[in-house]
Amino acid sequence: MLHLALFSFFGAICVAGAINLLAQRHPINSALSLIVVMGSLAVEFMLLGAEFVAVIQVIIYAGAIMVLFVFTIMLLNAGEEERSAGSRIAVLLGVPALLILMGLVAWVLIRQNPASGTVAAGALPGTPPEIGRLLFRDFLLPFEITSVLILIAIMGAVVLARKEH
Amino acid sequence: MSGNLSVGWFVLISVIKILIAVPILLGIVAYTVWLERKLVGHIQNRWGPSRVGPFGLLQPIADGLKLFFKEDLTPPYVHKALYLLAPILSLTLALTSIAVIPVGGWVTIRGARIPLQITDVNVALLIILGITSMGVYGVALAGWSSNSKYSLLGSLRASAQMVSYEVALGLSLVGVLILSGTFSLRGIVEHQLGGFWNWNIFGGGQIVAFFIYLCAAYAETNRIPFDLPEAETELVAGYHTEYSSMKFAMFFMSEYANMVTVACLASVLFLGGWSGPLFGPPVLQALLPVFWFFLRVLFFLFLYIWVRGTLPRFRYDQLMAFSWKFLLPLAIANVIITSLVVALRS
Amino acid sequence: MPDNYFARYLPLLLQVGIALALAGGMVILSALVGKHRYSRAKMSPYECGMTPVGDARERFSVKFYLVAMLFILFDVETVFLYPWAVLLKELKMFGFWEMMVYIGIVLVGLFYVWNKGVLDWSGTPRISVGTPAMTAGPADAPGSTPVFSAPVEGSRS
Repeated sequence: MLHLALFSFFGAICVAGAINLLAQRHPINSALSLIVVMGSLAVEFMLLGAEFVAVIQVIIYAGAIMVLFVFTIMLLNAGEEERSAGSRIAVLLGVPALLILMGLVAWVLIRQNPASGTVAAGALPGTPPEIGRLLFRDFLLPFEITSVLILIAIMGAVVLARKEH
Repeated sequence: MSGNLSVGWFVLISVIKILIAVPILLGIVAYTVWLERKLVGHIQNRWGPSRVGPFGLLQPIADGLKLFFKEDLTPPYVHKALYLLAPILSLTLALTSIAVIPVGGWVTIRGARIPLQITDVNVALLIILGITSMGVYGVALAGWSSNSKYSLLGSLRASAQMVSYEVALGLSLVGVLILSGTFSLRGIVEHQLGGFWNWNIFGGGQIVAFFIYLCAAYAETNRIPFDLPEAETELVAGYHTEYSSMKFAMFFMSEYANMVTVACLASVLFLGGWSGPLFGPPVLQALLPVFWFFLRVLFFLFLYIWVRGTLPRFRYDQLMAFSWKFLLPLAIANVIITSLVVALRS
Repeated sequence: MPDNYFARYLPLLLQVGIALALAGGMVILSALVGKHRYSRAKMSPYECGMTPVGDARERFSVKFYLVAMLFILFDVETVFLYPWAVLLKELKMFGFWEMMVYIGIVLVGLFYVWNKGVLDWSGTPRISVGTPAMTAGPADAPGSTPVFSAPVEGSRS
């Protein structure tokens, strides 16, 4: 009962943060809303029994990637964004297209596993050793490829910084 | 025998533990400030606080009261919401880490075994790292929202410094994780029980990691020799230049609370936590570990102050080079060597 | 200590709540108790007694951005090391070698940025990233902070 209440509460915070992210005009407020979204997502993961993913969500997303966002806003001294009416085509085509896409995804998900009943929180593997076994035994190649991805990202960051000049 | 406590009782006991732990933490924070002023005074051939109470022992209380009654200024040029949020965020995060730190073994009250720790979770160490990584925002937001040059410069420096040393800090812990095979701080201590030769710093050969951890932690807490964010000679007070009254004190308190966390974590990870000789009646046997743990924490707090009284400040380029060009490669080397030894042995 | 997974995290949530209440309470109490006597000098940003010159929010060296970027990448590397570290006794030598390949590739990246001078904060950087960073030093008066040289209009979104 308490579990459900907490889950709904942080879910609501998460959605509210996401809406606020779009509604805010100043980039730093939007960035902070995104941090709130990340933080409440971490709590949701925690409540679902994925403790490792939850903490990683905080360390990487809230604690590292969002730091870069906030940094960039501070460094560029980005001011309030100017509002425009928006393009009419985007509204006319975008909204129906989005609805269709979401409907499609939902349809496919329900078709794929129609009997996806409820799973007790913490019933699925979420502890660090279980994640580790998956990562370092079953999915070894994708894991090693991550390192190449990091290498490319490092080089990309340096090259981009040089180009700016 | 861990499952014999109902959830309701468990939560009640946790609340009691929190209500004991938080005032103790705040007390330690207050008296670390006193200890610092006293010790630095003596290092510089002065007396330090000596007027309020015997040995100036009531000084922290006087300071606290004074700060509450000081003018609480919210300047008109600041971004108000973030300006208020920053100190709240800093202090909340600083007071949260204590929840997962074990201060002693188990006590048995009426047949229920209760750990001397607010809560023992599987990923305790990572939770502290997560809290540390969020600490950057307190500093960054304070500087940005203040809309003052010194604040902004100080906070930029502080954030760049904190993220740089976070990498070395995170890597220095990997050796300990390899040895103990768990993220639970209780598990890490229990792995080191049985004599000082079992401590990670000696038996585990983690002395290099210990050094890296201390350096990185000093930088994370913005303490001398890494106190560039608030280098008085150039930046006035760094990111909290525009803060007054209790809002300033909250940054101050969170710095010291973070120091206590660092001291606790250093004891737990490298110096065997609460391990030490046990003797006497059962009550003493239950409380001695807490005493041994407290001694270690005191030692690290003393070290903080000693270093502050001794070392000069780094230059900013030295500071960045020290993290990226020295600590980071050293930490990676430590991971490689430790893992090779452990892998060969198992 | 119940074995219930969820119950173990409840005290953590309680701790956050109590810490937040304490911190919020301090701000409110100090706002209520403290004096409020405003004057014009108090209302201007601190600038060593001078009248403030210019806006505080200038643009800074792109170097800070690079540091944050490198931090993310090495943080990701570290996070992969954690589950591996607690599992190493089970993975044995195989685990050691798979991580050596991983660390080796990331180390190439470290040497690349090292060689490019991204980690140098003193003197003229070999890779020219904006104006020399506002590295610390007595010459670094806030009024003369180097302004990032990208055109202002172009980078405002």
